[in-house]
Amino acid sequence: MLSRTAENLYWLARYVERAEYIARTIDATLRVTALPAAYIGKTNEWESALLTAGVSASFYEAYPEATEQNVVEYLAFSPSNPSSIKNCIEAARLNSRSVRTALTSEMWDTINSAWIELQEVWGKGTSSREELARFLRFVQETSLRFDGSAYRTMLRNDAYWFSRLGLHLERADNTARILDVKYHVLLPEEEHVGGPLDYYQWTSILRSVSALTAYHWVYRETLKPWLIADLLILNDTLPRSLASCYSNLVRNLDQIGVAYGRQGAAQRHARGVRNRLEHSHMDDIFQHGVHEFIQEFIADNARLGEIITKQYLI
Amino acid sequence: MAVAFDEMNGPGGDLRPAYRELSRWLKETPPDALEYRRQEAELLFRRIGITFAVYGDAEAQERLIPFDVIPRIMSAKEWSVLEKGLKQRVRALNMFLRDIYHGRDILRANIIPDDLIFQNPVFRPEMNGQSVPHDVYVHIAGIDIVRVDADNFIVLEDNARTPSGVSYMLENREIMMRLFPDLFARHRVAPVERYPDELLSALRSVAPLSAAAEPTVALMTPGVYNSAYYEHSFLADKLGIELVEGRDLIVKNDEVFMRTTEGLKRVDVIYRRVDDDFLDPLTFRPDSALGVPGLMSAYAAGNITLANAVGTGIADDKAIYSYMPEVVKFYLGEEPILKNVPTWRCREPKDLAYVLDNLSELVVKEVHGSGGYGMLIGPAATKATIEAFRDKLKREPEGFIAQPTLALSTCPTCTASGLAPRHVDLRPFVLTGSNHVTIVPGGLTRVALKEGSLVVNSSQGGGTKDTWILDE
Repeated sequence: MLSRTAENLYWLARYVERAEYIARTIDATLRVTALPAAYIGKTNEWESALLTAGVSASFYEAYPEATEQNVVEYLAFSPSNPSSIKNCIEAARLNSRSVRTALTSEMWDTINSAWIELQEVWGKGTSSREELARFLRFVQETSLRFDGSAYRTMLRNDAYWFSRLGLHLERADNTARILDVKYHVLLPEEEHVGGPLDYYQWTSILRSVSALTAYHWVYRETLKPWLIADLLILNDTLPRSLASCYSNLVRNLDQIGVAYGRQGAAQRHARGVRNRLEHSHMDDIFQHGVHEFIQEFIADNARLGEIITKQYLI
Repeated sequence: MAVAFDEMNGPGGDLRPAYRELSRWLKETPPDALEYRRQEAELLFRRIGITFAVYGDAEAQERLIPFDVIPRIMSAKEWSVLEKGLKQRVRALNMFLRDIYHGRDILRANIIPDDLIFQNPVFRPEMNGQSVPHDVYVHIAGIDIVRVDADNFIVLEDNARTPSGVSYMLENREIMMRLFPDLFARHRVAPVERYPDELLSALRSVAPLSAAAEPTVALMTPGVYNSAYYEHSFLADKLGIELVEGRDLIVKNDEVFMRTTEGLKRVDVIYRRVDDDFLDPLTFRPDSALGVPGLMSAYAAGNITLANAVGTGIADDKAIYSYMPEVVKFYLGEEPILKNVPTWRCREPKDLAYVLDNLSELVVKEVHGSGGYGMLIGPAATKATIEAFRDKLKREPEGFIAQPTLALSTCPTCTASGLAPRHVDLRPFVLTGSNHVTIVPGGLTRVALKEGSLVVNSSQGGGTKDTWILDE
């Protein structure tokens, strides 16, 4: 297929995934900030929402402080934030238009309808929490529909695999960012472990990757920070865990390699990251520093993106 | 201006036979049911994303072309005349182009003045002596036809460069079949759905000799911001070929390749929807970012077929248009089946004088304009507009032609106050391959939605209709 088509499919999937992730982040932050201060401490949750979205620096160029209104506005609707939900959906639609021939009509319909709704219903943003909740649901449903229609209607060929590469690379990055911002509340040596303060932080983390119920099914235990870290980093059965993202990345890259009869740097690099995740234990990770581990992962993940681009997309 | 011919209710208000079933159906169908289906059609168009861009209108970057749900109907007999005339006309266009870029018999026979060719900006000296596979220049032609009475179809314009609109012909039919299955069941409508197959086989048939047994065809678009982008992606999809932009292509050793995830892949035929000027920055406009450096040298080496060929603008130029009846006679030795609109060439002093004296009666068009931009419709224009145009005309008479305002035929159309006659034209699409000329039965009917308006262009508030050729 055309390199440009592959690139568009890859970015299309990334933008949709990112929109959903930002929506989840806002959703989780709304929940946590609705709690009385006694439960969540003095941290500014909107500030950390900006950090997990990776747009903290650019936010402060436009706004003096991280209030709910400012942050929601910036994350969801701001035209000047390249990762705002609005911009993600617009970029997704532009990418879709450029590769209409590679999309199924169901996928196009999902993105195009979302784009139309974005203009017609959400053009002026939201004016109440209720509206905001509806908007966030709309974004998440768009992502689910897109993902589902890709899964159910696309031919299993390179077009599908490149789109999945985008999805999993973005997803790995998002999960890693949450961990990067919140890792301190997961550290087992913290004094007040198990206090109400952490409990709500933990549920918030799990919620933002839609893993709260999954946690209970996997561990059948009350929330424990090291198990949360284990779930998000190493547990291959959780679709948003780093391990699961890399199993998928390796598989999709292998499928491309087989179809093209050629392996390359992308396949080797992805396998390397996957192997490291497979052979790690939480104990070791905590011992060597969660923060360092995550930082290294984020760099490795970004590197994979660069290698894929060089090998296939330009 | 004469009273317009209505295609449903002919002269004297007699229902014409092709519309018999439709008329019966309309009587049975409550008006709000029509309105409901109209809304549904609009929703479908929006969701499919069949939009076009209006240049110079930042507010509405993507717009829908209004779709009128009342079909335009023609009998098989009417169509067969049109079909013959169209094939004849396109054959002549191809022979004319071959001649202009080679022997120039027609100039030596003094049928067309030399300077009209050589001083014409759309004449491409690069094409002199250049041979193209099977001597086909215009693979895809869109011939704009208007009707003035029961018997006469008139060619308004030949589009031999990159005619658009065929996606509307196909999508309008799809939507009509979805919305009005009952109405279809009562007619035998000739299908148009073979168009993509016919187009692909025409394109493959003109692959260069150096192509592989299975030639690779690609559709080249200026990109997602082009007004006809939807059509480009639609056609690439239906044909199952790659939709490429200039930056996806690269020329090496006079061969054209596309950049794919598996490396470079040779391309043999390009259905290009990019104007000549932007094809190759090394040959034409150096500032073109849409083109492919070296494309023209690969073309000269005979390693790539461009459809339509470079330089076809000289055949659909409005100044050349007025010579088309003579062109048909000269190459085919036949009487032209389709008439031309009587045309005054403002470059000729006698004609100019007449035009200047009768501006309020005439339609004056720029020789190189298209899309309904920059034209004067005398009877509808204000005095001031006419005077402004008069100055333009005097300054540069060779840039204009003038025609009488035609009484374009009308068809019943949904309006705010119920069904009413509105003026229509027709653009059938004529395909030319290595050894045959084909037309799917139908075309794009454009309708001027404003009462009394004669401008059907989508950029000027026109809409479209499905066109039914009854298979009797």
